[in-house]
Amino acid sequence: MSVRTLPLLFLNLGGEMLYILDQRLRAQNIPGDKARKDEWTEVDRKRVLNDIVSTMFNRKFMEELFKPQELYSKKALRTVYDRLAHASIMRLNQASMDKLYDLMTMAFKYQVLLCPRPKDVLLVTFNHLDAIKGLIQDSPTILHQVDETFRQLMEVYCGLSAGEFQLIRQTLLIFFQDLHIRVSIFLKDKVQNSNGRFVLPVSGPVPWGTEVPGLIRMFNHKGEEVKKIKFKHGGNYVTATKEGSFELYGDRVLKLGTNMYSLNRPVDTQTSGASKNSTSRAQENIAPNPLAKEELNFLARLMGGMEIKNPSGPEPGFRLNLFTTDDEEEQAALTKPEELDNKVINIQAMQDQQRSEELARILGELEVTDQPRWSTSKGDDLLAMMDEL
Amino acid sequence: MFRREHSIPLRGSAAALCNNLSVLQLPTGNLRHFGVVHGPSAQLLSAAPEDGSLVQRQLQAKEGAGVSPTLITQVHWCVLPFRVLLVLTSHRGIQMFESDGSIMVYWHALDTGDAPPGTWSGRVLVFDIPAKGPNIMLSEELAGHQTSITDIATEPVQGGDCMADVVTADDSGLLCVWRSGPEFTLVTRIPGFGVPCPSVKLWQGIVAAGYGNGQVRLYEAMKGTLHVQISAHARTICALDLAPELLSAAEDTFVHIWKLSRSPESGSIEVEHCHGECVSNTQLCGARFCDPSGSSFAVTGYDLAEILRFSSV
Repeated sequence: MSVRTLPLLFLNLGGEMLYILDQRLRAQNIPGDKARKDEWTEVDRKRVLNDIVSTMFNRKFMEELFKPQELYSKKALRTVYDRLAHASIMRLNQASMDKLYDLMTMAFKYQVLLCPRPKDVLLVTFNHLDAIKGLIQDSPTILHQVDETFRQLMEVYCGLSAGEFQLIRQTLLIFFQDLHIRVSIFLKDKVQNSNGRFVLPVSGPVPWGTEVPGLIRMFNHKGEEVKKIKFKHGGNYVTATKEGSFELYGDRVLKLGTNMYSLNRPVDTQTSGASKNSTSRAQENIAPNPLAKEELNFLARLMGGMEIKNPSGPEPGFRLNLFTTDDEEEQAALTKPEELDNKVINIQAMQDQQRSEELARILGELEVTDQPRWSTSKGDDLLAMMDEL
Repeated sequence: MFRREHSIPLRGSAAALCNNLSVLQLPTGNLRHFGVVHGPSAQLLSAAPEDGSLVQRQLQAKEGAGVSPTLITQVHWCVLPFRVLLVLTSHRGIQMFESDGSIMVYWHALDTGDAPPGTWSGRVLVFDIPAKGPNIMLSEELAGHQTSITDIATEPVQGGDCMADVVTADDSGLLCVWRSGPEFTLVTRIPGFGVPCPSVKLWQGIVAAGYGNGQVRLYEAMKGTLHVQISAHARTICALDLAPELLSAAEDTFVHIWKLSRSPESGSIEVEHCHGECVSNTQLCGARFCDPSGSSFAVTGYDLAEILRFSSV
């Protein structure tokens, strides 16, 4: 499969993560002068986003990311986002982090599936980056980092052929295979059905470079057109009017990858045992992972480039809840199906136990009895090393 | 007119590859084998239409050194005059089995050398297959393509004028037409036009090719002249089959059946649309006729854990 998929996967999932965090932080926004010590303010929100974006677009990290390599497992990638989400004063407990990751993955799966042309996944990425620049526009240093990544994307991807983009698309779809989590904003907009599958429209503009279906043209041996007949295709397509821009600035035309959340359309997932329970997912968790060591090495290399700014001083971590109430969050953690017990490395737990007593209590309640297979002495050494990064 | 028949359930969903359905029609009885790629494994099914009983078998890709599990790229039955082989391809190599998948008879590792994994050389490998047993040998490597091969089509040589019996297609949309023999000869090249050609078929001197922009094109095999151009689909074609009707399936959720004929006066190829079927909300990835007359066909779709079947009324 394609070895150029990881940067696109990472940046788009990261973009969705920022949209969701931004929306949740705004929803819990309290005016600065009225805020209590433990409540979120506008200043806090901007600071969290700045911290995460600057960690995400760190130069060393991007260098590692852009190296041609195969995609790693969902578990390994999830660990990177766990770390990224905690690059600031914000804290998320397990249930909220799970929900965040579910939303991110389903959103990008939707975008990939609905891209008219395989190359349009690049426009989706540019949409995410354009929006990220909007979120951190007060910080010129971070803006510069994002622009650098933009240029790197253009350099690597703008010259790829349609065939290479088709391979990237197939690699992404294989990564997202069998994920059918229902997202209420998708259900409301009728882009997802109640069985978790996305609606694939058969109307609207055709991809750039494709003709509207319905015509059969026949030629003689001299190459002259001798007959032209129409047929009924079944869809309701129209010609594409304009191609999206692949420049640093421009009209992307495509709406996929732009921010669909707002204060009036909050993030939410609906989960049920049935929809989360797919055979291949269960198999992924139950079967012992012989690639774990390789994955730990990948994570060590990738996160070696991540400079996490440790908040100094006596500041406590601010907890963000992705659910509507604290009770809901606790409920979600308790009712999570067995086979989805997270075997992800819980780096955060070790760091924060010193910082937040409340978090320690919650983590204690969520303690996983089954230790991951690679939590042997070798695994611990690698974990300890990563904590020191 | 076609109607939906009972679907065949799969143990795992179909992967988003092209040509992701292979059907072996056995000459005796009504038994058919189906093959679908899930990811690191391929599923083989035998469905007997009389009593609907199913026999399932799962084949894994041969593991190599590497970080991620090996993904299968295609599963296909090769029907040779004296033997049927089941072929599994992955970027690590080619595995050949007896037709029911019970015994692996041959493994050919694709060496990527110093190139990073994932670079495809565009080589076409020709193997000598004995009538029985595992004595399969690589006989020739055909050079003709610069990018990865997407599909290969063959047809027994008809006799008469047409001496072309193999067509290969690649990611750049280039088609190479060959004549087989102790050594293969390149008959003609049909250039691409900026999109991949994921699926190609050969029938009575006609090359049928499906492209990434939803077009189906028919060419005269010997000279490579374009005879028909159909704006058939709104997304990339994922599979074609010829039985004598032409079947096209695409990621736009549609399957179309076309009637091919030769005009009695000019001898040029003519096409007529027969039937269209929409498989709602399913990005199709494979389609095949299930019998030689083309009166039934089957399709697979990304994320779908079943094979959908249709038969004419």
